[in-house]
Amino acid sequence: MKRVGVFLCWCGSNIAGTVDVGKVAEQVRRLPGVVYVEENKYTCSEPGQASLIKAVKERKLDRVVVASCSPRLHEPTFRRTVEAAGLNPYFFEMANVREHCSWVHPDKETATPKAFDIVRKAVAKALRLEALSRGSIAIEKKALVVGGGIAGIQAALDIADAGHKVILLEREPTIGGRMAQLDKTFPTLDCSSCILTPKMVDAAKHPNITLYSYSELEKVEGYIGNFTVTIRKKARGVDEILCTGCGMCQTKCPIKVSSEFDEGMGQRKAIYSPFPQAVPNKPVIDRVNCTFYKTGKCKICEKFCEAKAIRFDQEDTILEEKVGAIVMATGFDLFDVTRYGEYGYGLYPNVITSMQLERLINASGPTEGKIKKPSDHEIPKSVAFILCVGSRDEQKGTTYCSRACCMYSIKHAMQYRDKVKDGRAYVFYMDIRTPGKSYEEFYKRAAVDYGVEFIRGRPSKIYGRGGKLIVKAEDTLLGRPIEVEVEMVVLAPAMVSRHDAAKMAQTLSVSYDGYGFLTEAHPKLRPVETNTAGIFLAGACQGPKDIPDTVAQASAAGAKVIGLLSHDTMATEPMIARVNEALCSGCLWCKPICPYKAIDGKTIQEKIAGKLVSRQVAAVNSGLCHGCGACTVACRDGAMNLAGFTNDQMLAEVDELLGWYDRPARSAD
Amino acid sequence: MTVNEPVMAESEPVAVGREPLIVGFLCNWCSYAGADSAGTGRMVQPTNVRIIRVPCSGRVNPRFILRAFQRGADGVLVSGCHPNDCHYSTGNFFARRRLMVLKRYLEYLGIDPARFEAHWVSASEGQKWAEVVRSMSERVKALGPAPKFGSLV
Repeated sequence: MKRVGVFLCWCGSNIAGTVDVGKVAEQVRRLPGVVYVEENKYTCSEPGQASLIKAVKERKLDRVVVASCSPRLHEPTFRRTVEAAGLNPYFFEMANVREHCSWVHPDKETATPKAFDIVRKAVAKALRLEALSRGSIAIEKKALVVGGGIAGIQAALDIADAGHKVILLEREPTIGGRMAQLDKTFPTLDCSSCILTPKMVDAAKHPNITLYSYSELEKVEGYIGNFTVTIRKKARGVDEILCTGCGMCQTKCPIKVSSEFDEGMGQRKAIYSPFPQAVPNKPVIDRVNCTFYKTGKCKICEKFCEAKAIRFDQEDTILEEKVGAIVMATGFDLFDVTRYGEYGYGLYPNVITSMQLERLINASGPTEGKIKKPSDHEIPKSVAFILCVGSRDEQKGTTYCSRACCMYSIKHAMQYRDKVKDGRAYVFYMDIRTPGKSYEEFYKRAAVDYGVEFIRGRPSKIYGRGGKLIVKAEDTLLGRPIEVEVEMVVLAPAMVSRHDAAKMAQTLSVSYDGYGFLTEAHPKLRPVETNTAGIFLAGACQGPKDIPDTVAQASAAGAKVIGLLSHDTMATEPMIARVNEALCSGCLWCKPICPYKAIDGKTIQEKIAGKLVSRQVAAVNSGLCHGCGACTVACRDGAMNLAGFTNDQMLAEVDELLGWYDRPARSAD
Repeated sequence: MTVNEPVMAESEPVAVGREPLIVGFLCNWCSYAGADSAGTGRMVQPTNVRIIRVPCSGRVNPRFILRAFQRGADGVLVSGCHPNDCHYSTGNFFARRRLMVLKRYLEYLGIDPARFEAHWVSASEGQKWAEVVRSMSERVKALGPAPKFGSLV
């Protein structure tokens, strides 16, 4: 008979507040197989774990059940504890009585019996647990960083500095990302380029970093330590080795189109680098707008290229790389402000977005740092900044706060007041949120030293009158409607996920939320890991954040990758499929259902009635199997089973849950 | 296609007057995590659902569901990742097909198919999970206790 020990955690008042743990303990004590029950204030704490180890040794327990929080939080913790107590770490089962019970059932009367049911179910499974042993696989000591913005650059540099190889992937022609578009950064007002471009150069020059710009991630296969990634290197139309980056092609190209980098405030050529400090500083040909690709004639750039680097016939190349870890740093898009029709974006040329203003203020931008109205290129004498365009608006936008807009709009207002001494800057806000080091002081400076006028109220309409714009709002502090006449309006759009974030998440099999932001494994304790082992998160692909937070998270992700790559091998989960060859008929229905191609047929020899017979059975490759269990259901013979989630264990859980009502004392089927 | 009447006529409900019991099979990566999110967000739910953790909705053998009904479950719930979002890429597609067939089979067996539901709840959808628990509990309550079976499988 198995000797099960049950450890009921109070989790302070988190569980004990709504579950009568003493009563549960009393009932659990009577369950068959349970020889020891203990209550702890915090089972996961040091004394809690020590007490568990002591009980296992003294009471000669061979199965352990901990009833506490979600196994997604502390299963690894307790497995280690059980192992430390001298048991197989898989002789452990967790009952989730916090997330699934005490936190969602405030009534003690109903929560307590449910908690008992959950523990009972865990005990039933524990009685059927088997010893499992971990395997070991080699780790490919190389990382892939997807996205070459500040998050990706920081993560890549950190990993490379630790001595590991890194592939830095960027889909645009240059790395730098959003930060390259900015002029100054809050709250220090240091120039964005001055702190970013050296890092861009470092990343490109680092001996451990291979930079693939203008390249996209096509496919990801494999698992932690052993990913195979397929990269599409898009055709630049330029030989990267021969090109010297002289820029002659861009000067001579006759085609001008709106510049994405300048957010439509300036123009670029059909052969272009997004900005002069681009890394790598090699142009690309925009095949949609290039005359040659439209008409078959032109080739002016080729004529003027002294390095003879123009390649009109270049094609995309597909590369395959093996990596051990992946950092996602794909960044964010900006909310489409045209969804706020009442703000007149697109209708009035002088209604612009914050990113467009950022390009106007930027000394290397299209106006060389002069804030000019798009309508007549005059300096605006008054500017209104509208916050929360798409943020914190369930009706039209997103429910969340985009976190950076208050700060950068304050920065914009200060910069405007700095450049236009007699101009008036109004900031329309719902709440000003300044949770960061020196942020509140920055806000105060804007109001006191720079004379920025803050109006609490979300504008209801912006309309034109006599060449000016009227911002209509309610000043909620005064409690009355106001109209403010301005010459330019700047909308602060919400930070939203990349338009193709869901597709990217599916490529990597990582989870994402309703807004397309990638989900971290735990919001507090595992903020840079995903639920898919070996894939980490950095920056705004996980949720809106400002530059300091992005860099901090990128370094954290880098540290995680360094930790992983510092080992030569890693342990594999033993919860994988296995075949009972005696039962297997060799039909191989399990083979096509396996998403990892882990199942194949093999021939075995058996002695049947004295004769040696060879027949086919299924065989699972333990290195490839991820333990999803799809094959177990496809198996008609019941020969395929999943360790850790065996048919027997699952049915025992079902029986235990329901047996209570008609058969209090039950036996295993 | 009426189902219950002839088969059920002689059988007595497992327990009259008790709260209905619903067995939920939740995939580890999305729905189990979604139920955790509901917990973290303190989203109050009825106490009727008991959760069994599985690695993937594709691991849920229809026989588990039949066994639950056989043992007197008033309802069974399977929840996995949204289509295309499966942690193992294809598990929930197989689950979807199997469970659609199962729903028809339940009808054939004389189990009201309304007692069985499949849902897609992602790791961040705590709110949705709470809603699934609420609606399923209400529906099963309205159906009353499940009829008792001698043996099904």
